[in-house]
Amino acid sequence: MSGTFVGMPAFPKAAREAVADTTLRGNLRHATHTIRAKREAAVAEVSDWAALREAGKQIKDHTLRHLDRYLVQLEEAVTAAGGTVHWAVDADEANRIVTRLVKETGESEVVKVKSMATQEIGLNEALEAEGIRAYETDLAELIVQLGRDRPSHILVPAIHRNRGEIRDIFRAEMGAWGRPAPEGLTDTPADLAEAARLHLREKFLRAKVGISGANFMVAETGTLVVVESEGNGRMCLTLPETLISVVGIEKIVPTWRDLEVFLQTLPRSSTAERMNPYTSMWTGAEGDGAGGGDGPRTFHLVLLDNGRTDTLADEVGRQALRCIRCSACLNVCPVYERAGGHAYGSVYPGPIGAILSPQLRGTGSEIDASLPYASSLCGACYEVCPVAIDIPEVLVHLRERVVEGGPVTRAGNKAVLKPAKGHAAERAAMRAAGWAFARPGVLRAGQRLASRTRGLHPRTLPGPGRAWSATRDLPAVPAEPFRDWWQRTNGGATEEGTAK
Amino acid sequence: MSSRELILGRVRRALADVPPDDTPYEDAVARDYLREHGERTAAQDVELLAENLADYRALVHRCDEGELPALLARLLAERKAATVLVPPGLDPAWLAESDVTRVADRPESGPHELDAVDSVVTACAVAVAETGTIVLDAGPDQGRRRITLVPDHHVCVVRAPAQVVSSVPQALERLDPRRPATWISGPSATSDIELDRVEGVHGPRTLEVVIVG
Repeated sequence: MSGTFVGMPAFPKAAREAVADTTLRGNLRHATHTIRAKREAAVAEVSDWAALREAGKQIKDHTLRHLDRYLVQLEEAVTAAGGTVHWAVDADEANRIVTRLVKETGESEVVKVKSMATQEIGLNEALEAEGIRAYETDLAELIVQLGRDRPSHILVPAIHRNRGEIRDIFRAEMGAWGRPAPEGLTDTPADLAEAARLHLREKFLRAKVGISGANFMVAETGTLVVVESEGNGRMCLTLPETLISVVGIEKIVPTWRDLEVFLQTLPRSSTAERMNPYTSMWTGAEGDGAGGGDGPRTFHLVLLDNGRTDTLADEVGRQALRCIRCSACLNVCPVYERAGGHAYGSVYPGPIGAILSPQLRGTGSEIDASLPYASSLCGACYEVCPVAIDIPEVLVHLRERVVEGGPVTRAGNKAVLKPAKGHAAERAAMRAAGWAFARPGVLRAGQRLASRTRGLHPRTLPGPGRAWSATRDLPAVPAEPFRDWWQRTNGGATEEGTAK
Repeated sequence: MSSRELILGRVRRALADVPPDDTPYEDAVARDYLREHGERTAAQDVELLAENLADYRALVHRCDEGELPALLARLLAERKAATVLVPPGLDPAWLAESDVTRVADRPESGPHELDAVDSVVTACAVAVAETGTIVLDAGPDQGRRRITLVPDHHVCVVRAPAQVVSSVPQALERLDPRRPATWISGPSATSDIELDRVEGVHGPRTLEVVIVG
């Protein structure tokens, strides 16, 4: 994935710092609780939610199980409609393709629709290195870009910022990127949105190249779908002469009809609306004929792998590719609510990020090895997921992979993962416990010793256990081992003051 | 090996567990969700459409066929519009009572030209009652996608009950995937600042829907 987040500390360290930031926690708590309540109401409006959720799961599962066939079908349909299809194995290749396509237009700036895939590959940075300026046009992405910040939420990337912070960023930074913020800009959301409108409009009207992702691609027809609210998507998808869409290979649905499921579940799950304000659907490039002149004349689709085929190879983890990026799981997650999105060290934060990032990138880095632990396993994420991804199941599966090692697929090759180093102490402790439990005499002696030395016990563990006890209270050792008590009182029968 | 072959090869190896006689598409998805929610008459669907559009801050008007030209003239006058964009196939009778200067939707007109126009009047392809959505498919009476995007005021005429369907599945059935489509549910909005909904960021800040019939 992108270099953007490389060098991030592991989740526990990043989370500890985030939890200490009271402004961040306040912003997050307000936002997640607001959207949570609204989502429940929006879902309650449709009586067949469970059936829609199951159908969405089945459509995505079927597509993934026959992804090769649907990819080829999609390519044929897009090509027949006048588009050009490119295939990118990894982030570098995708960035090279997009950079080349932009250069071929002779332009040095592009307007962008908010897209997780282009964030994942670090496209803006790659374009910048080649002298091409990419303007983010989604309001939240604009806030992140102007603030030289990182996104912290899939749907609302600037969720960690409050209105005062946003006003300060607009005042300080807009001028360097184009039209400056209006004089006397206040921090009311309406004023801030108006400032963004003015700032971005000049860019929309002159842009010759647009870059987007897509929410869905229909294999049968070659149609791409972008779901949005602000209209910046429509601007980027229709005004430029050239449109380049970078889309993960898992975003396919087989037929036009399948959209009827996701156009019902996605808006309600993500923004808690019956329907998002704008949805754009287009098929290929616009011709010069009677209906021509509606939208870009040149359309390129870049199909992105970047770890997706490796994820597909894991029969348990594969289900993460069903994700339609609604972000409902973030908003209900008690860990995300307190730690914030940055702690996950990836463009995919929250519960889905905790299973997607370590699969797309592998668990080689400290942050990726720690992500399967960035969860309480409470299951709230699974409950709200509109495609029923069993996130806790995949988390446990990935934890086992990290601790025990085992077979994985990396860059298309089968490999055997070694157990993670950081977990050596845990494995040693478990082996020792297994040995003691298998020898009752040893266990009894150990328990008696522990009881008699109670007064000397430290409040925190030494050595490798320190990290564990830093955030937990050690259980008190009883004055007498249970087994001794049982023997002395005949199972409680002879003890005074007890029943029996 | 090309990246295309590389990726398709990886996909095939990753799916080694999938049997060749895996359940075909037709049987893989249980379509036991509803075709529409609740039982409504056509008139009730129109009511629900109006209600849901208004709920997402569209301004909704009702009239019969004969009243339409006067109503459109009034809406443009109230807006103090000096110019109005007109798709090539829009029924000329609709704007017969308005003296606002008409600007034709021409393929060669650039974004700056469109930005200088005050209002746009279009028809639609279909409207969805349950979600409060109007769908434009770039038909002759709707024009190119950009004309309902750049101007700040969009008036969309929905013919009821013919163009009103109950649900999203019914709307998709009526649409041709080869045509570019724009689904519009209320005016442009954002919830990016503290999840407060603000109307009007980049698209038309005012959406007026006229339901005729």
